[in-house]
Amino acid sequence: MSAHVLLVVAAIGLACPTFAEAQGRAAGPGRGGAAQTARASAPIELTGYWVAVVTQDWRWRMITPPKGDYASIPITLEAKKVGDAWDPARDEAAREQCKAYGAPALMAVPTRLRISWADDNTLRVETDAGTQTRDFHFGDWKPAAGPPTWQGASTAAWERPRQARGVTPAGGSLKVVTNRLRSGYLRKNGVPYSADAVLTEHWDLSTDPRGDRWITITSSVEDAKYLREPWVTALNFKREPDGAKWDPTPCSAR
Amino acid sequence: MKRVAALALMAVLVSRPGFAQFDLTGKWASRSGQDAQERGPGPDAVDYTGLPLSDEGRERALSLDYSLLSLPEGQCGYHTQFYIVLGPFGLHVWNEFDPVSARVVAWKIGGWVDRDVTTIWMDGRPHPSPNAPRTYSGFTTGRWEGDTLVTTTTHMKADMIRRNGAPVSDQAVLTMYFFRHGDLLTIRAVIDDPVYLAEPLVRSRVWALDRDGKLNLGNGVVSPCEPIAELPRADVTGLVPHHLPGQNPFVNEMTEKYNLPREAVLGGPETLYPEFRKKLKGYVPPAVCKRYCGCEGLGVPCFQDGSGVAR
Repeated sequence: MSAHVLLVVAAIGLACPTFAEAQGRAAGPGRGGAAQTARASAPIELTGYWVAVVTQDWRWRMITPPKGDYASIPITLEAKKVGDAWDPARDEAAREQCKAYGAPALMAVPTRLRISWADDNTLRVETDAGTQTRDFHFGDWKPAAGPPTWQGASTAAWERPRQARGVTPAGGSLKVVTNRLRSGYLRKNGVPYSADAVLTEHWDLSTDPRGDRWITITSSVEDAKYLREPWVTALNFKREPDGAKWDPTPCSAR
Repeated sequence: MKRVAALALMAVLVSRPGFAQFDLTGKWASRSGQDAQERGPGPDAVDYTGLPLSDEGRERALSLDYSLLSLPEGQCGYHTQFYIVLGPFGLHVWNEFDPVSARVVAWKIGGWVDRDVTTIWMDGRPHPSPNAPRTYSGFTTGRWEGDTLVTTTTHMKADMIRRNGAPVSDQAVLTMYFFRHGDLLTIRAVIDDPVYLAEPLVRSRVWALDRDGKLNLGNGVVSPCEPIAELPRADVTGLVPHHLPGQNPFVNEMTEKYNLPREAVLGGPETLYPEFRKKLKGYVPPAVCKRYCGCEGLGVPCFQDGSGVAR
């Protein structure tokens, strides 16, 4: 066999993983076997208690910013008109104090998370701030008929690292897509999102040199009515050993 | 002919990300819907909200008079690699290969006008001696953990963790986690500084793959800098601008503008957690936004800068 042929064979051999890689980021619970549940096939452990660590946009998250403050959000003129008319007293009177606790805004609220499996294919995320519950449904789930809600309908899938040289590395992440939302606020001061908004999130885990475990949520809100482009953020939650600091508090409009 | 075909195939292979779990190469445009004032016009002079400063860090921060940068020796400095998640610009990433194994030897993140090139060594080389000189770039190594690129940077010069003087020492260690999801790249950065931080500072930022290559890279890799004396006072020689302890004239500015208690303005680890909101109970925001309101580009007058005038 000539050196040329050997070179070609070796090159093709090296190329083989690319075909596997093309398949590698397959999402969903099916990769471990059709019968495997999302819980059994979870590549990362998200359950437990987590706390938001507010090191970014502190003035827009820990307190309510003034009316008309749209910093960092790519609003449309229509959104500005709605935001400029924000009136928390009106929301309180209408019993809509939870408008800033809908799914597109909830993870930015200073809160703790309690994450558990509601069943084998439903991951539940609860917040103590505003006492909200998000259910992430894996597999072939269809939302029930009914009016839109603050937390909408969320479909979820695991994403796994693609293969390299035929080996799939450990780890992975969670992708969640949420729609069927009741219109609400992206921020406490009345920056709106519409009922047609779609929230896409990627939940990643990592461990610090000190051993602290963190969830990083990269989220993108798309809303043709109130956003000129997707509003993209990344938020961080640190794992806590238990629920000792879990402190349910109701929604607040102010 | 066979030789040509083989070389062509090898060239295609070499253009792959080697054996990385994902490809970082390309141009990435900033997409963060966070920290607009901090990344753009800049933070207020004494705004340490969200920073886990130690007492030493806070005192050091309050001593900074930004006129310090008017000294010739203060004009051509860079920020350290932590500025990747602080600054406003996009990323240009490429890599260097071992020509025999086709493995990635290093990832390179292009510099900005005020940040040097980041070289992430992937070949297992050790970090320098603890006594080795510090640079703005520092020394960075990387490894894959599953589908996450994890980097460690040491040997950085002392710098700022916010562009108002909130400090970080040359003892700090920076760890960055790179997550890619489709066309989005998220970096979570953790800076651990035993001198000026009471606990590690964590920040994240997102970029989107910029297929058109139109992103703002902050004037490219290197900008020429010619230092000249721009001292705030011409009648004093040897002046080193600073604020003495207890004499920072801007310490009440955030309280006056936003009704924030000084305890919150000055930062500290307790201020980062949800329970701190109990200390803010009864907080009343200003009635209307009048600075950096994020409403530019809509074709209507708004307070888009710090002038106090709607434009």
